[in-house]
Amino acid sequence: MNRKKVFYTLGQLLLLEAVLFLLPTLVGIIYKENTALHFIISAAIAAAVGGTLMIVCRKRNDVIYAKEGFAIVSLSWLALSAVGALPFFLSHEIPSYVDAFFETVSGFTTTGASVVKNVEALSHGMLFWRSFTHWIGGMGVLVFIMAIIPSVSDRSIHIMRAEVPGPIVGKLVPRAKDTARVLYLIYIGLTAIEVIMLLFGGMTLFESLIHSFGTAGTGGFGIRADSIGSYSPYCQWVITAFMIVFSLNFNLYYLLLIRRLKSVLKNLELWVFLGVFLASVATIAVNIYSIYGNVGDSVRYSAFQVASIISTSGFSTVDFNLWPGLSKAILIILMFFGGCAGSTAGGLKCSRIILLGKMFRNELRHLLSPKSVNTVKIDGKQVDSSVLKNASNYFALYIFIFVIIFLLLSFEPFSFETNFTATAACFNNVGPGLDAVGPASSFAAYSPFSKIVLSFAMLLGRLELFPMILLFSPRLWKTK
Amino acid sequence: MNIVIAGCGKVGRTIIASLTAEGHSITAIDTNPKPLEAITDMFDIITVEGNAADSDALEEASVEKADLFVAMTDSDEINMLSCFVAKKMGASNIVARIRNPEYNDRSLGLLRQFLELEMAINPELLAARELYNMLKLPTAVNVESFSRRNLEIAEIRLKADSLLCGMRLMDMRKKYPGQYLVGIVKRDDKVFVPDGTFTLAANDKIGITASPTELMKLLKSLNVTQKQAKSVIIVGAGRTTYYLAKLLLGGNTRVTIVERDLQRCREMSESLSGATIIHGDGADLDLLLEAGLEHTDAFVSLTGMDEENILLAYSAASKNVPKVISKVNRDEFELIAEKMGLDTIISPRKLVADIFVGYARALKNSLGSKIETLYKLMGGAAEALEFEAQNDTKYTHVALKDLKLKPNTLVAGIIRGRKTIIPMGDDCILPGDKVVILTAGKKMTDLADIVR
Repeated sequence: MNRKKVFYTLGQLLLLEAVLFLLPTLVGIIYKENTALHFIISAAIAAAVGGTLMIVCRKRNDVIYAKEGFAIVSLSWLALSAVGALPFFLSHEIPSYVDAFFETVSGFTTTGASVVKNVEALSHGMLFWRSFTHWIGGMGVLVFIMAIIPSVSDRSIHIMRAEVPGPIVGKLVPRAKDTARVLYLIYIGLTAIEVIMLLFGGMTLFESLIHSFGTAGTGGFGIRADSIGSYSPYCQWVITAFMIVFSLNFNLYYLLLIRRLKSVLKNLELWVFLGVFLASVATIAVNIYSIYGNVGDSVRYSAFQVASIISTSGFSTVDFNLWPGLSKAILIILMFFGGCAGSTAGGLKCSRIILLGKMFRNELRHLLSPKSVNTVKIDGKQVDSSVLKNASNYFALYIFIFVIIFLLLSFEPFSFETNFTATAACFNNVGPGLDAVGPASSFAAYSPFSKIVLSFAMLLGRLELFPMILLFSPRLWKTK
Repeated sequence: MNIVIAGCGKVGRTIIASLTAEGHSITAIDTNPKPLEAITDMFDIITVEGNAADSDALEEASVEKADLFVAMTDSDEINMLSCFVAKKMGASNIVARIRNPEYNDRSLGLLRQFLELEMAINPELLAARELYNMLKLPTAVNVESFSRRNLEIAEIRLKADSLLCGMRLMDMRKKYPGQYLVGIVKRDDKVFVPDGTFTLAANDKIGITASPTELMKLLKSLNVTQKQAKSVIIVGAGRTTYYLAKLLLGGNTRVTIVERDLQRCREMSESLSGATIIHGDGADLDLLLEAGLEHTDAFVSLTGMDEENILLAYSAASKNVPKVISKVNRDEFELIAEKMGLDTIISPRKLVADIFVGYARALKNSLGSKIETLYKLMGGAAEALEFEAQNDTKYTHVALKDLKLKPNTLVAGIIRGRKTIIPMGDDCILPGDKVVILTAGKKMTDLADIVR
């Protein structure tokens, strides 16, 4: 274990966070709020800790292996959230540190679950920082570092693998640094388009930035108590469209940029994802037609909510807690389904479900004719057995951890539905659940212990289980 | 630069390693996913699984945007075909490995012409030529030549009884006058360009540039010349052995080849009339002694295993064979071999990698003074490069003593027409000269890079 390199990277990351704190500081200054001061103090702390780590570990060896990749990613996310919570805590806008930590983890992991009872009371600076964490966490902060620092280790693929979601992480272009840049350029470009389109819909610059950050990272923090509900139908449709855009695999946008439309159209995950989306929208629209009494509203509410849940954003336009059982059931299932691999969305990921489905089909074939030889193919290519093994292990572990978190949460005096959906919503990085944690309420009522459990659930979900679990393995830390 | 490399075998992997270190964007193609997985973990590259001659795989590798396409698969035929397809799809420059002796005769010219190949690489032939040079000048650890052998650089290790030990370079010049230059020194693990006050010591590895005749003269006056090897024992009968034996037999050297595989022995005896082919295990000392190990001028171990080569060379060296060379491809083993006192080592993979490093740098710098030849010296820590000087006032028509050179950089030789000049402070570079530069720890792409 190359500890020096791990802590050096951690130092780099905290320095970056110090720089990122300057953006909400600016917002604070523009709106003449005293939050600017709290951000400056937080930035100073981050810079001091980061700088010390970098100086202490400057004599390092840059070689990293899979081990270091996992350690760097999991520790980075913990440190980032711990320091990112400082402004909320220092300004007393979220008085308890555990609450502030929960809120920040929820931001960076693009969950969007909140402990703030009255969002509208938060200052502009804090609102901006909250949503900005979505944007940074969506694409991955270490990928961002990779894109900006001049020298990138030859083996940085280990970091990308641990941070970028999906069963197979491939590069777009040969060098990891260039891949990180391409990803971020696409990300920035798409976010900018959304900002402009929301501006046309009558949002202020501040509002459109906040909502674009929330959509781009598929996070879901808003600035109003009713989330997106009071904005115009145009804005709701724009956000619906972009939630879907950001839950597709970013590789597809790169393929479009280099004009390989054929490869995009051949992508199985894309079609399965869109199919599931449209089918869910149609079913729910029919199911809730009786509540709203007109087709336009039913389709709009249904499309928005399905997009919000399947992309694991967690915005809402209406309180879907009041919808019929079938609609709620579909939404809960979609929480687990999640977006596509290589996107900013959470959940199990569409491609993993396709893999599992195909493995299941092969298993049935094998049972019927035990000597048959079956392979799993995706987009015309055979999938390596190690990827398949990883997918099924992932699924088993996913269920196992879900059960544990759910059990830990059940000590709370809430209904089964509340605890179950709170677990699902945090673990899959969605945000709001149902009943007492529905879109109209918050997670404030949970005990500090449960909030820490849920914070870990969010980190586990965002980093796809393994990095966070390995953090607790003594073998990872052995130097000899 | 965008480089696509098809075939990730041993040579392919070495090329990938040295070209990523140069900062190029590399896409690797192979039919087997296992080696691809291993190299993506090690190097910052992208991989495509598929047949290198299949246009789908080539399209996925974005071959149309490639500045250089290199076909290094095991099969000459697939290499040719994939180069042909890659060229048609828009790759700018293509290079294929063609190593079957049947293609390496007159048909090579035709193939290169028809396929529009920039280069046809034959690692085994390159290695054989290198070995042949080493056997011609057995004193040197390594000899590289520039500009059609007008200038050579010889790496020599100073033995404890060498006349040069304890001598300053300026005194060496007075005592042994001549047209030569001690341009680079490796002491312990440090490699640098020495100045006149530098004192030589035992176990230093020094690089001397001179014309071949001057080099011989110097070595004679130092009393360290060994005669050209007149009899050579080679263990292992691969392609390198075939090419080397051909060259040696052409120079009337006696060649004995020891090989374990009977079928291979038969093929060798059929294609190499004049060589003695012995069927047996090279590790069997009795067999080697019977083959004349104690009387031979040189022993070369060229089996497929680094470990076996090192041990065979070690046992030959302990029988006081004057010149012992072993083929070692792994870096780690090269260090071990050096520690065991075996300093003449040949690595065919590295020879090929050097060629690609030089070629890629030349391509990148297509407008300036192109690199004509590039050698890595002293185990990769130093480079010797040959450039053709352009009409650039930065370095032409200026006396060398007035040029502000970068540290650890040296103008080691100028070849003007047929004349080889070992430059002194008053000499200057003229446009059209071939200039040989020695540098430690720097990467040069243009002759202008020598100036601060």
